[in-house]
Amino acid sequence: MDNASPNIGSFLDREYEAGFVTEVESVSLPKGLNEETIRQLSARKREPEFMLEWRLQAYRRWLEMETPEWAMVHFPPIDFQDIVYYSAPKSKADGPKSLDEVDPELLRTYEKLGVPLHERARLAGVAVDAVFDSVSVATTFRKQLAEVGVIFCSFSEAVQEHPELVRKYLGTVVPPGDNFYAALNSAVFSDGSFVFIPKGVRCPMELSTYFRINARDTGQFERTLIIAEEGASVSYLEGCTAPMRDENQLHAAVVELVALDDAKIKYSTVQNWYPGDKDGKGGIYNFVTKRGDCRGARSRISWTQVETGSAITWKYPSVVLRGDDSVGEFYSVALSNHRQQADTGTKMIHMGRNTSSTIISKGISAGHGSNTYRGLVRVTPKAENARNYTQCDSLLIGKECAAHTFPTIEAQNPSAHVEHEATTSRVSEDQLFYAMQRGLSAEDAVSMIVNGFCKEVFKELPMEFAVEAQKLLGVSLEGSVG
Amino acid sequence: MLEIKDLHVKIGQKEILRGLDLSVGAGEVHAIMGPNGSGKSTLAQVLAGRENFRIKSGSISWNGRDLTSMPIEERAREGLFMAFQYPIEIPGVSNAYFLRAAVNAVRRHRGEPELDAMDFLTLVKAEMKQVGMKEEFLYRSVNEGFSGGEKKRNEVLQMSLLQPSLAVLDETDSGLDIDALRVVAEGVNRLRSPDRALIVITHYQRLLDYIVPDHVHVLSGGRIAHSGGRELALELEERGYGWIKKEAVQDKEASA
Repeated sequence: MDNASPNIGSFLDREYEAGFVTEVESVSLPKGLNEETIRQLSARKREPEFMLEWRLQAYRRWLEMETPEWAMVHFPPIDFQDIVYYSAPKSKADGPKSLDEVDPELLRTYEKLGVPLHERARLAGVAVDAVFDSVSVATTFRKQLAEVGVIFCSFSEAVQEHPELVRKYLGTVVPPGDNFYAALNSAVFSDGSFVFIPKGVRCPMELSTYFRINARDTGQFERTLIIAEEGASVSYLEGCTAPMRDENQLHAAVVELVALDDAKIKYSTVQNWYPGDKDGKGGIYNFVTKRGDCRGARSRISWTQVETGSAITWKYPSVVLRGDDSVGEFYSVALSNHRQQADTGTKMIHMGRNTSSTIISKGISAGHGSNTYRGLVRVTPKAENARNYTQCDSLLIGKECAAHTFPTIEAQNPSAHVEHEATTSRVSEDQLFYAMQRGLSAEDAVSMIVNGFCKEVFKELPMEFAVEAQKLLGVSLEGSVG
Repeated sequence: MLEIKDLHVKIGQKEILRGLDLSVGAGEVHAIMGPNGSGKSTLAQVLAGRENFRIKSGSISWNGRDLTSMPIEERAREGLFMAFQYPIEIPGVSNAYFLRAAVNAVRRHRGEPELDAMDFLTLVKAEMKQVGMKEEFLYRSVNEGFSGGEKKRNEVLQMSLLQPSLAVLDETDSGLDIDALRVVAEGVNRLRSPDRALIVITHYQRLLDYIVPDHVHVLSGGRIAHSGGRELALELEERGYGWIKKEAVQDKEASA
């Protein structure tokens, strides 16, 4: 848009609202990574021997691996010795506690972020695991969930209390050597959420984890493992924020989902890590491996993500369709404004018979943002009657942004039916003028157009989060037009 | 109500309006005619606040306020409506959502309570009947895949919902068959009232058979070259625009 557009250009760059720092005393390991760091970390968490061995093996694999260079993202090399791999609020350093014992300063932090942890203050129907830097500080509704056999706790507790489950499933979807960041995570992951839904149980409430990075120079390496046994179902949501800092911080998570026969897992993400300032200073590097395994027949895994934050996003939530008649879904809205870079998409690996997958990806680029969709649909030789539908739309706002699409289709079975549709459009000055001539403000006009563009994805989010996601997009887009 | 004085407007390096004067009073209907490229649409867009036109000199006063200093959306909320020559498509946004957002933006501005979904539906369905639009158009994306006639009806629908005090219709008749033209004209005529003013921009006099103007102006070379009553429109139909251009050139030479 040209410079003679004072009205349209009058957006204010609203501050990142979650950008504050919490003053808590923390206990950290010194910067740097070697076998000793991992031993200390494991000892601090009083882990069983198998866990330490698992970590060390992953670490040795990692040493031999190289950073992936194929993504459409650009950043200076990361000094992995300049990162703190473990930082925990002091009050929590001695292990899990009940809500009453949690540092009130931490409770206030989550309160401020709109995630009150007190169960009585919480809307009925959502249980929260709150992860602060490297550790889980509180998990709500645990008793109520336990009554129906659902285990929802921090990963550290799961290692202590359900080692047999951890041992059985950990690394079976994303093996430690899967990729560079997954190997790093496997070596140093400090906490995360663990969910187990036993056979035939429908989880009675939404589960959610709220990730917060607070400490300086600290990386967050969380690990989430969700297991739905035969006929079980669960809907899970994660949210993420971080303070505003001038240096970049690394967040390398691994999420594994396992769905047995007839199980359903719905995993939704609203990611709002600090994206850096408008000149690209600071922000989170969000390098995440997420994969679901439809291990059983008729199982179903659905990923929905709204990615508005992070300086760089590198993330491909995928589904392995191993069971016959299994279903994989990926619904994504990724926004990159200012100098943000997002390279995101999915992989659908069809292996069983009569499997089907749906991919709906909406990329929005504004400012100098760069948005890349990268997808793989693979139909293996034995996957009879595989179906895939992919729709991949890009929306551009302004003239300096970029959108790229790299879809890959590998069909090795002649019965495969794979469809791909892609569009690129632009929020035009004409559209803004039209809406404003009818009385809408520029902000409302842009957010209406963008929400219209994302509608198919938002309708997949649990209701209360859909509203939040719409608001978030509005805020993230401010300063994008002008 | 609207007073335009010696208005000069440029787009890029090109001066399109060159000393336009126009005075529109409440309750009046003014037709602006003229050959292609005479600046008709520019005038409409400048009134609505389109930003790629630069006002070099002159003034536009609207109800005593300097219109040029008002942002686009404020003009709209204060009651200025422009029916677009080429209505814009907004994929993914339902017409119902868009119309309600517009109506409520105006109501908020007036200090009136916003309409909830139910009240709005009652209102909009009644208005749609008037302009002969099927209900399904509420649930389709704004103007997306609408035919030329459907888009123009949608413009008239918006106008009747927003009840503007000053409506500018930019070649609303172009591309319409006679039935659609009649519907559009009826919609406009329903809006006529002593406290409202209408500016009807058109290339052909045909529309003026249905919307009878109080004043007709001919725009040529970026200014009003001729003004008259309804009979001027008929004369233009008979003689074309050639004689006006000639006169304008003579005027210019005389004043040089």
